[in-house]
Amino acid sequence: MSETVKELTCIVCPMGCTLRVTMDGDRFVSVTGNTCPRGAKYAETEMTAPRRVLTTTVRVSGGHLPLCPVRTKGDIPKEMLFDAMRVLDSLCVQAPVSIGQVLVEDLCGTGVPLIATRDIHSV
Amino acid sequence: MREISAEMERELVIIGGGPAGLAAAIAAAENGVAVDDILILEREPELGGILLQCIHSGFGLHRFGEELTGPEYAARYAKKVVEMGIPALLSTMVLTLHQMEDGRKEITAVSSAHGLIRIKARAVVLAMGCRERGRGALNIPGTRPAGIYTAGAAQKFVNIKGFMPGRQVVILGSGDIGLIMARRMTLEGAKVEVVAELMPYSGGLSRNIQQCLRDFNIPLLLSHTITQIHGKERVTGVTISQVDEKRRPIPGTEQYFDCDTVLLSCGLIPENELTRQAGIPLDPVTGGAVVGENRETEMPGVFAAGNVLHVHDLVDFVSAEAELAGAGAARWLAEGDSQELKLPVHPEGVIRYVVPQTVFLPAKEDVRLFFRVGQVVEKAAVLVENDGKVLYKGVRPKLLPGEMESVTIKAEALAEIESGQLTVRLEKR
Amino acid sequence: MDVAVIGAGVVGALIARELSRYELDVCLLEKADDVAMGTSKANSAIIHAGFDCQPGSVMAKMNVRGNAMMDQLTRELSVPFKRNGSMVLAFNEEDVRTLETLLDRGVKNGVPGVRIVSGDQAREMEPNISGDAVAALVAPSGGIICPYELTIAAAGNAMDNGVRLHTGFEVTDAEFSDGVWTLTSAAGDRVQANYIVNAAGLFSDQVAALMGDDGYHVFPRRGEYLLLDRDQGKMVSHTIFQCPSAMGKGILVTPTVDGNLLLGPTSENREDREDTATTAEGLATVARLASKSVPSVNLRAVITSFTGLRSCSSGHDFIIEPSKKRPQLVEITGIESPGLSSAPAIAEYAVSLLKEMGLALHAKADFNPIRRPIPRFREMNIEQRRALIEEDARFGQIICRCETVTEGEIVRALHQNPPAHDLDGVKRRTRTGMGRCNGGFCTPQAVEIIARELGIPIEQVTKCGGESRLLVGKTKEGGLDA
Repeated sequence: MSETVKELTCIVCPMGCTLRVTMDGDRFVSVTGNTCPRGAKYAETEMTAPRRVLTTTVRVSGGHLPLCPVRTKGDIPKEMLFDAMRVLDSLCVQAPVSIGQVLVEDLCGTGVPLIATRDIHSV
Repeated sequence: MREISAEMERELVIIGGGPAGLAAAIAAAENGVAVDDILILEREPELGGILLQCIHSGFGLHRFGEELTGPEYAARYAKKVVEMGIPALLSTMVLTLHQMEDGRKEITAVSSAHGLIRIKARAVVLAMGCRERGRGALNIPGTRPAGIYTAGAAQKFVNIKGFMPGRQVVILGSGDIGLIMARRMTLEGAKVEVVAELMPYSGGLSRNIQQCLRDFNIPLLLSHTITQIHGKERVTGVTISQVDEKRRPIPGTEQYFDCDTVLLSCGLIPENELTRQAGIPLDPVTGGAVVGENRETEMPGVFAAGNVLHVHDLVDFVSAEAELAGAGAARWLAEGDSQELKLPVHPEGVIRYVVPQTVFLPAKEDVRLFFRVGQVVEKAAVLVENDGKVLYKGVRPKLLPGEMESVTIKAEALAEIESGQLTVRLEKR
Repeated sequence: MDVAVIGAGVVGALIARELSRYELDVCLLEKADDVAMGTSKANSAIIHAGFDCQPGSVMAKMNVRGNAMMDQLTRELSVPFKRNGSMVLAFNEEDVRTLETLLDRGVKNGVPGVRIVSGDQAREMEPNISGDAVAALVAPSGGIICPYELTIAAAGNAMDNGVRLHTGFEVTDAEFSDGVWTLTSAAGDRVQANYIVNAAGLFSDQVAALMGDDGYHVFPRRGEYLLLDRDQGKMVSHTIFQCPSAMGKGILVTPTVDGNLLLGPTSENREDREDTATTAEGLATVARLASKSVPSVNLRAVITSFTGLRSCSSGHDFIIEPSKKRPQLVEITGIESPGLSSAPAIAEYAVSLLKEMGLALHAKADFNPIRRPIPRFREMNIEQRRALIEEDARFGQIICRCETVTEGEIVRALHQNPPAHDLDGVKRRTRTGMGRCNGGFCTPQAVEIIARELGIPIEQVTKCGGESRLLVGKTKEGGLDA
């Protein structure tokens, strides 16, 4: 197998470091350009099985707002983002909701919970 | 909470209950202003400002060492304000601000709950934030159909109200809100056809180009702009043209894109109508007040922080700046003006602006200077000098117009200055 | 019906109001979703003094008379109107000769106080005008007004006095039998009336043809404008013209009655009667020519740009006459500039024509010429504001930050005659979204108020009627699989 080099923009933090990743076929070899260890980890995951945190909203009934913003508590496989969105289309939670509250224990079998990112009072 | 009446007096009024106003209020209270002497005026029904609609993550890495969403970041400050007992009037819009003969500031504000109120305050922190550049300011030719929104208005509809502004989207401008909305609209089932950016570089953070555009195969056309909007009642499409180095459309490069929605993400403008009304001098480049290192404006007792002062790309720096302003206001209320030497700070060359625009000596603490460049610069040293003497030198691998930079000048280095000015410039490596 | 007026532009609305003084059944038919949707919506917003018209023309008579009627009319209707005066600049000898011609016409037309001053005298009056101006014609009776506000107020006052307004009524068929006209709309609605006034503006020739009179032809003349922020509004106090040409009165620079600065229009004859798109070239022309009059104007302060279509006739004069071919029909066509200035006089004259044609006019005892306006919170002092909020707390809730418009004003706009049906209608009545943020902040809230007050789902709120829906649906409703 021959080695290839690919450039990535790190998304771990707003610095947005340009990473140069060396791959041997599908196998991660090394990375340069990162300024922290999390960047190295990101590069490896991104090239092998990319993951993302999903932030979106879910419907609320009986709340002071019609929607509650949510996020996955940790990243989920990137290719599952749209599956997760489809599942959440049909979710409606009952107010009150408190920030950090787990709304879905295991989102789409990822093992990652979905949590509320704000309080919603009931009205 | 002290009683709210039509005519009130307070030590410190904070105009705006977004991240800047909240951090300023907390800092003022922590630095000795009695909480009952502080009043936050917020136009929305909740504290938190624009962060409440920024449901994506990316906030708080500097402040809290973890990545929070906008509402989570806002909640940390709003909770603290409530716990400390700092009073806030919500759904309250400030209408006027001016200085009275005795030096105090008179503020009039209005709300349904309290009607028209008038407050005499010794000190004021301006924290009104910014607004987006709209279609009018961009002067895009064409028809005037429904379906043209600023990215922030679309964000409010989608994230707070739960409505889709459209299904097939073209985005003009690659500011962060536009990039974030490209992803958000895509996740909600819209098709984002293209992002067109007038400049040869993106106006947003690199990570957002990756995770909001490349992740979803949304093309980004640099050096392109919308040259015509089509559609009589609702947008039906746009013409996008390439532009030359003077940003003029190049004839013959027109491409037509079908769409029902145009989102604009072409820059933010500090909202300084009140500042202007009060007669406080503004920096024409930042669009915000001219300030010293404690974010004091040129009107004694009036401070400014956050996006009303200059547009930030990270809320973490808004909070830090607002803490300077809040603490500065507390110190000013306790001690009055104490500085002796006013040192102007001058940006040179490709550096567009520096905040603060002045540094007052003697400096009690290190001073951090924030700046932006006007073009992409690879590998350069940032130099801060006084009378040819280098106070700071640091190398940056790359400087981007979309990303705010900063340098910290040590208090010891400032202590040696006797006169002149500070210049900030880049030296190509 | 005794009379049906077709077209709720400024002319049609003022005719309806004029007719509402009498014991008559009157209706006002408008194909758009609101009044003032054609030429009356987008023009220079000027009440011309009347020095530009050929002496002896219908235009000259109507303009000078209409101008004189404006003070009382705007007082009754509570429409802001300011006699700021007009000034025509001359940049060379040829221009000076033009000024002399205009002065001569002005005197013949009976324009009060019209005179020529030197360039320096002009600059003393208007310090920001070009140093290249060598002389200027000054006409103190020139004024500024908001054209759609005048139309809305006139239609509203007519409705308060019994006139029925039918919006969304596009006349597609007309029949005259047994002494009565029957008008049918595109939607199949019918209105019967003894007399018809055709005030359909840009479409007046087509409406005339529909009624069996093909003797008219209207062609649209496009004019593009730039509207600047209030911080530019004090750049000049007079309306500053350049010397007129065959294509119109030239590019003007004028304060608006709302405090903005207006530049324009270009002037271009086109066949398309609905093409109100702006063009890069047109806007660039406006900017360039306006800078010639007022070099220091800050073109970066543009808030919005728009295109207006003037309805011109080949004779270059107003046509206000009983149809030569069909009975009980008054034709009003070719109302180009100065149509807005002339509108009150045209209305008065049209009613006198109807009377001559046999319409019986008996004054209505309870006609009320006074219109109660929507309160303008931004123009009030503290005591007035407190009193208003006391009366209705919704006047304490600011919706549009840039223009300081309250929820109470928006609610009024949706219920008071003629009621707004959409976002642009609210905007024209209250200035919501008309400021420097272009509605970025207030649109979501304004849309909610409109939906609530009209009792419709939010997704059905439109920008300006028809298919101009602002939102396409809810999130979370299967958009991903659409």
